[in-house]
Amino acid sequence: MAETGRRRGLTAYLLMAPAVIVLALFFVIPFYSLVAASLYEPGGSDKNGWEVTYHFANYWDAVELYWRPLVRSLVYAGAATLICLVLGYVLAYAIAFKSGRWKSLLLVLVIAPFFTSFLVRTLSWQLILADDGWIVDTLQFLHVLGDDDRLLATNFAVVMGLAYNFLPFMVLPLFASIDKIDHRLIEASGDLYSNPVVGFFKVTWPLSLPGVVSGTLLTFIPAAGDYINAELLGNTETSVIGSVIQLQATDANHPHTAAALSMILMIGILAMVLFYIRKAGTEDLL
Amino acid sequence: MVPEQPARRSTLSRRGLLKGGGAVAFGGLSIAALKLPMFGIDPVQACPNGGAAKDVSADERELVISNWTGYIDPRKNPKSTLAQFQDQTGISVTYNVDINDNAEFYAKVKNQMRACEPIDRDMIVMTDWMAARMISLGFIQPLNKGNVPNLDKNLIESLQGVPWDPEREYSAPWQSGLTGIAYNADLVPEVSSFEELITRDDLKGKITLLSEMADTMGFFLKVTGADPVDFDDDEWAAAIDRLREVKESGQLLQFAGNNYLQQLSQGTLLACEAWSGDVIQAQYDNPNLKFVVPEEGLSLWSDNMMVPNYATHQTHAETWIDYYYQPEVAAKLAAWVNYICPVQGAQEAMLDIDPSLAENPLIFPDSEMLANTWDFMTLTDEKQSQYEGEWADVISS
Repeated sequence: MAETGRRRGLTAYLLMAPAVIVLALFFVIPFYSLVAASLYEPGGSDKNGWEVTYHFANYWDAVELYWRPLVRSLVYAGAATLICLVLGYVLAYAIAFKSGRWKSLLLVLVIAPFFTSFLVRTLSWQLILADDGWIVDTLQFLHVLGDDDRLLATNFAVVMGLAYNFLPFMVLPLFASIDKIDHRLIEASGDLYSNPVVGFFKVTWPLSLPGVVSGTLLTFIPAAGDYINAELLGNTETSVIGSVIQLQATDANHPHTAAALSMILMIGILAMVLFYIRKAGTEDLL
Repeated sequence: MVPEQPARRSTLSRRGLLKGGGAVAFGGLSIAALKLPMFGIDPVQACPNGGAAKDVSADERELVISNWTGYIDPRKNPKSTLAQFQDQTGISVTYNVDINDNAEFYAKVKNQMRACEPIDRDMIVMTDWMAARMISLGFIQPLNKGNVPNLDKNLIESLQGVPWDPEREYSAPWQSGLTGIAYNADLVPEVSSFEELITRDDLKGKITLLSEMADTMGFFLKVTGADPVDFDDDEWAAAIDRLREVKESGQLLQFAGNNYLQQLSQGTLLACEAWSGDVIQAQYDNPNLKFVVPEEGLSLWSDNMMVPNYATHQTHAETWIDYYYQPEVAAKLAAWVNYICPVQGAQEAMLDIDPSLAENPLIFPDSEMLANTWDFMTLTDEKQSQYEGEWADVISS
């Protein structure tokens, strides 16, 4: 018995080897180099090179200069995630429970936007939300928007762009969770005199929580790092941390600042995610 | 519902594994951080043999070029400049359009260049400031002047000496351009100066400035009374403060990279800082788009052909340069690209192709116009990094 146990362990480790190697090559080493870059002496240049001097002040300097885009990124991502959750839940629920024979088609439609490039889709929103586009014209006619108000180049456009682009990442895990729910449990709640609303919150919602957690994470994490939406749909006051990192890494040629900001973003998101998973009580997902 | 089998955790649990893996990774990193070489970047070193590779041009009739998108007449056309080059010389050209941004392209190739490795291209095209940086870092091969007689003979005077390459030993302008102002004449009265562009109330929230530091800061230096060709740190600081002020006033819609003309045509923008060639091209679709020479003057820049270290077909690259410095070829290219043609005599050759273009001062600027231009001060590596950093602070905070 002990023998087989050990052998099973060995097999497991062997089976894991490819994944471990891939992770080491594509995660650990780049991560290490990122840590190193974030500790460069700030005075370096292409000519004189960059030396690692454990200059931890890079972190503080980066936060001091760029805390606004950092906070902005998290707020945008949070708002977009919330919108996605509401829209995505309704959509996933409808597809899972109410769509009948249209289920597969609807699922394909959720993924369909991916057949076009992310960039092209975001650029199209520029046209749709343009100042003299029909949406703005209509809203101005209805006096929802004032004559000088606009949609493009506002916080709203950025959050909407994020929500639009990451919606499928929310819908799919939600669908997977909701679709698995046993209908008889919901019926049973009815038999026990719960009305549909209470039944939803006592049965459906808790059972779909794994989907909610993975959906929100899959939406929030990439949305926090995205800068295409802010750049194409925002204005000069909506720049997010991704733009800053990109500018610092290329144009400004400050690898230490770019690396420090990347580390801060990574650590920040990791901390938020761990806290969130603890709170949501779904540590078993890990 | 059948209760799920509890996961078997006797040998390997997912959570345990993750925790163990995390601990090992953390431990490894901690040790690595103390012991292993630290991924620092060494100062640039001179490459062996001056960065020259053995030129195999005689044996291989090939040439690999990287250029910006939309910067050559349609290549598929059998009468295109590129097709005729191949016919005349028997050199087969691999023409890549993989340059979208100076800094981005530089980031892509700099590690190989620092390591004295070939970047598998025989010619690259970089804007002045980046060309200056690459040359000063020793990444570029000097041209063999004997192979490019047309360059010496036909390069227009205003581009002959640049501070970073006074004798044009390393670089040959592919096209040049002017940075000025464009506006939509359908929607607003003329915008005649940069000062107006950044202050006029009827343009509020409906203009863009270019995201290239040298272009935009040149104007801000002018507006604050400094000279973009020669300025000091204090003048720079004043210009940066002015930029921050303008940005915070809400005058700008965005800092634009390249799709500003579409927005100008749609009316989302009323005016913008713009590159001359882009505007001429856009005018074919929308004649209401106008390019103005601002009262402050214009910034003049070039995109320069250069042979990177360890290019193996340098002779062919030089043949290419010499070919494009023939007035007839240059005129044909300029008729399509609509930027400033750096070749003397192309204006006369253009008369045969399209007389209206031959008179266009944005393609063939006269001396009066050129007197009103500047090219941004050449910066040392340290200053470039400092200024770009401060610029980035403003545009991305």
